[in-house]
Amino acid sequence: MSSADASAGVLWVGVTFYAVFGGADFGGGFWALVAGGGEAGRRPRDLIDAAIGTVWEANHVWLIFVLVVLWTAFPTAFGSIFSTLFIPLSLAALGIVLRGSGFAFHATARRLAGRQLAQRLFGVSSLLTPFFMGTVVGAVASGRVPVGNAKGDPVSSWLNPVSLLVGALFVATCAYLAAVFLVSEARRAGAADLERYFTVRALGAAVVAGVVGVAGIVVLHSDARYLYDRLTHEGLPLVIISVLCGAGVLVALRRRATRGVRPLAVGAVVAVLWGWGVAQYPYLLPEKLKIADGAAPSATLTALLIVFGVAVVLVLPSIALLFTLGQRSLIEETKRPKPTQ
Amino acid sequence: MAFTLGFHIVLASLGVAFPAMMLIANYRGLRRADPDALLLAQRWSKVAAVTFAVGAVTGTVLSFEFGLLWPAFTSRFGDVFGVLFAIEGIFFFLEAIFFAIYIYGWKRLSPWAHFWTGVPIAVTGLGGAFSVVAVNSWMNQPQGFTPSSGDVTKVEPLKVIFNRAVPYEVPHMILAAYLVTGFLIASVYAVGMLRGRRDRYHRLGLLIPLTVAAIVTPIQFAVGDTAARSIADDQPVKFAAMECVQKTATHVTEYLGGRCTSSGVKGGIGIPGFDSFLVGWSTDTQVTGLDSVAPDDRPPANTMLHLSFDAMVGICTALIGLGLWLGIAWWRKRDIPQTKWFLRATAVSGVAAVVALECGWIVTEVGRQPWIVYEFMRTEDAVTQASGVWVTFSVVMALYTVLGAALVVTLRVMARRWREVEVEEDDVPYGPRPGGSPTVVSGAQ
Ligand code: HDD
Ligand code: HEM
Ligand code: HEM
Repeated sequence: MSSADASAGVLWVGVTFYAVFGGADFGGGFWALVAGGGEAGRRPRDLIDAAIGTVWEANHVWLIFVLVVLWTAFPTAFGSIFSTLFIPLSLAALGIVLRGSGFAFHATARRLAGRQLAQRLFGVSSLLTPFFMGTVVGAVASGRVPVGNAKGDPVSSWLNPVSLLVGALFVATCAYLAAVFLVSEARRAGAADLERYFTVRALGAAVVAGVVGVAGIVVLHSDARYLYDRLTHEGLPLVIISVLCGAGVLVALRRRATRGVRPLAVGAVVAVLWGWGVAQYPYLLPEKLKIADGAAPSATLTALLIVFGVAVVLVLPSIALLFTLGQRSLIEETKRPKPTQ
Repeated sequence: MAFTLGFHIVLASLGVAFPAMMLIANYRGLRRADPDALLLAQRWSKVAAVTFAVGAVTGTVLSFEFGLLWPAFTSRFGDVFGVLFAIEGIFFFLEAIFFAIYIYGWKRLSPWAHFWTGVPIAVTGLGGAFSVVAVNSWMNQPQGFTPSSGDVTKVEPLKVIFNRAVPYEVPHMILAAYLVTGFLIASVYAVGMLRGRRDRYHRLGLLIPLTVAAIVTPIQFAVGDTAARSIADDQPVKFAAMECVQKTATHVTEYLGGRCTSSGVKGGIGIPGFDSFLVGWSTDTQVTGLDSVAPDDRPPANTMLHLSFDAMVGICTALIGLGLWLGIAWWRKRDIPQTKWFLRATAVSGVAAVVALECGWIVTEVGRQPWIVYEFMRTEDAVTQASGVWVTFSVVMALYTVLGAALVVTLRVMARRWREVEVEEDDVPYGPRPGGSPTVVSGAQ
C-alpha cells in the first residue's frame, strides 16, 4: 500500500469515528428537539443531556481531525470541495456554531430565561448540520466537484437528488444511532419508561434510514452511475454486511436484548461508510481526481502517518478512560433522570 | 478570517492559560486545606468549561474558513503547514478529554487523582498553542518546501515546524495568553472588591492570577523586544511599516505615537537615533526602509500598524508597573496594596491586556500584507473565487457578535448566582453529594 493510500485510510478512520460519535451526538440533539421544550419532554431531554455532556467536545474533535487530514494529505481535493460547495459547508459551519453555543449555554446556564432558546437552537442545528454535511458527501460521491478554485456549480452541485437523499440519510442515521445508544443509557439509569421510549424511536429511525438508503441506491443508479456500479460490485459485501447488521438491530430491539444492539448498530453504519470508501477507490473526487494524483509530497504523508501513530497511542487510551469513567459514573453531569420505581 | 480570529484568539488564550490558574488554586486548596482556594478552583473550572466550549466552536469555524475563504492557499500549501495542525489535533483531543474528566470529576474522583487529571489540560494547552502559532510563524518566515512557485513537490516537515520565527513568536504568544488570562481574572475580582466584597475569597481570586501575570509580563517584554529585533532582520518591511521608516538609513529616529505619512511620522514624540540604536545597539545601525520594496509590496494602514505596535509596548510597560506595585506591597506588608487606586488599575488591566493581544495580531498579520505567505503568495491570490461568500461572512459576523454577548451574559449570570446563593450544595468541592444515590441527583431545578 502506498503512503497516499494509507493516508486515505487514516482519513477514513477519522470519518468513521466522526460518523459514529459525532453522529450519535447530532442524533441526541435531534431527539431533544423532538421531545419538545415542555414538561413532558423533560425526562428524555435530561437523559440526553447526561449522555452527551461529558463527551460532546471530544466527539467533535473528530471533525477537525478529518478536515486537517484532508487538507494536509489531499490539499487539492480540500480546496476544490470547499470552494465549490461553500454554501452547504457554510451552513454546516453555521450549524456547528449554533449547536456548540446552544449546548454550552443551556448546559451551564440552566436557570437562564434563554435556556429554552438555547435548547431549541441546539436541536435545530443538530438536525441541519448533518443534513448539509450529507449534501456535501452526496455532491462529492456523485462526481459533481471538479478540480479547481470554485470550478463547480455552487448550487446544483449540492441541490440534486443524490445530495438531498444522502442528507436525509445522514439525519436518519444520526437519529438511529442516538436512539440505540439512549436505550442503553436509559437502562443504565434504571429508567424503564425511557428505555421503552427510545426503543420505539430507534425502531422507527432504523426503518426510515433503511427506506432512504434503498431510495438512495435507486437514485444512484440513474444519477451517479460510477458509484452505483462500484457499490454493487466491489462494495457489495460491505453493503450486505450493513443490511444484515441493520436487520439484526431490529430483531434485537424487538426482543429487548441487552447486549449486542450497540455493536450491531455501529456495524451497520461503519459497513456502509467503508462500502462507500471502497466504491470511490481509487478516486478522491470520482472520475476527476485520483488519490495518487491528489496526494501531498511523500515527506508530508510520512509525517502525517507518524502523527497518526502517536495519536493512536495517546488519544485512544484517553478516550477509553473518558468513556470508562463515564460508564462507571465516576464523572457525570450533575443531572440525570431518576429511575422509575 | 481576521474577525473570527480576533474573536478566537481571546478565547484561545483563556483556553491555554485558564487551566493553569485553576490548577494553582486547586493545588493550594489541597496543600493548605484552604476551602476558599478550592472554591475558586471549582468555579474557575466551570467558567473555563464555558470559554473552552466556545473556543472550540470558534476554532472549528476557523478550520472551515481555510477552505471557505482561502481554498487556493490551502490547496497550494496545505501539505506544507498541515502537519502542524495535525499535531495540534492531538493536543486538542487530549485537552478536550481531560477537560471533561476534570470538570465532571469534582465529586467522585479522589482529590489528588482529580488534581492530576487536570495537569494534562495545562500541558496540552501549551502544545496546541505551539502548533498553531508555528503555522503563523511559518507564514511570516516560510521555508522547508520546493519549488518556490507552483505546486509544492517536496516538503521538509522539520524545517517547516521549526521555522525561523518560531523561537520568538511562539513564546511571545504563550506568554501573552498567560498574561491576558491573569489580568482578566484578576480584574473581575478587583471589580468585586471595589464594590465592597473584600473577603478572603475575593483577595485570593485577585492574588493568584495577578501574581502569575506579574511574573510573566517582564519576560514578555524581553521576548517582544527580541521579536522586534529579529523581524528588523527577517521581515524588514514589516518592521519599517511598524516604525514608519520610509527610507533606508542610519541614525533613524524612534517615534512614539503619531500618524504615519509618506514623508515620515507627523505628531508623536521623536527620539533621534533611538530606532537604529534599538535595532543594533548603535545609532550607526542601518534600518531598512519601505523604499526597499515596490509600493504594492508594502503593507497597508501604516498608521494603524505603528499605533498598534506602540500600544502593545506601552500597555506591556504599564502592566509591568502594576506588577511591581503588587510586588513591592507584598514584599513590605505581605498583602495586596490597600488603596482603591490599585484595585482600579487592576480592574482595567484585563481589558488593557486584551487590547495588547489584539494589537499584537494586527502587527503580525497586517504587517505581513500584501503577502499571506511572506514573499511566496499574495493574499489576493489565496482567496476563494466563489462569489457570494461575503454573505456567509456577514452572517458569521452577526453570529459571533451574538455569541460574544451570550458568553458575557452567561458568565455574569453564573457570577450573580454564586453571589446570591452563598453556600449551595454544589459548592462543596469534594466528597459525595449529600444524600444522593449514585445516579439520582437532587434538584438543581
Ligand atoms: C494561543 C493559541 C491559539 C491560537 C493563536 C489559535 N488557537 Fe485555536 N485553539 C486554541 C489555541 C489557539 C486552544 C486554547 O487550544 C483552543 C481554545 C479552546 C479550545 O477548545 O482549544 C482552540 C480551539 C481551536 C479548535 C477547536 C478544537 C477543539 O474542538 O477542541 C480549532 C479547530 C482551532 N482552535 C483552530 C485554530 C486555527 C485554524 C487557528 C489559526 C489560524 C487557531 N486555532 C488559532
Ligand atoms: C494559518 C493561519 C492564518 C491565515 C491563513 C491567516 C490569514 C490572514 C489573512 C489573509 C489576513 C488578511 C485579511 C484581510 O486582509 O482582510 C489576516 C489578518 C489577520 N489575522 Fe490572520 N491568518 C492566520 C493566522 C492568524 C492567527 C492564528 C491569528 C490570531 C488568532 C490571526 C489574526 C489575524 C488578525 C488580527 C488579522 C488582521 C486584521 C485585519 O486585517 O484587519 N491570524 N489573516
Ligand atoms: C502586554 C504585552 C504584550 C502582548 C499581550 C503582546 C501580544 C502579541 C501578540 C499576540 C502578537 C502576535 C503573535 C506573535 O507574534 O507571537 C505579538 C507580536 C509582536 N509583538 Fe507583542 N505583545 C506584548 C508586548 C510586546 C512588547 C513589549 C514588544 C516589543 C518591545 C512586542 C513586540 C512584538 C513584535 C515585534 C511582534 C511581531 C512579531 C512578528 O510578526 O513576527 N510585544 N504581540
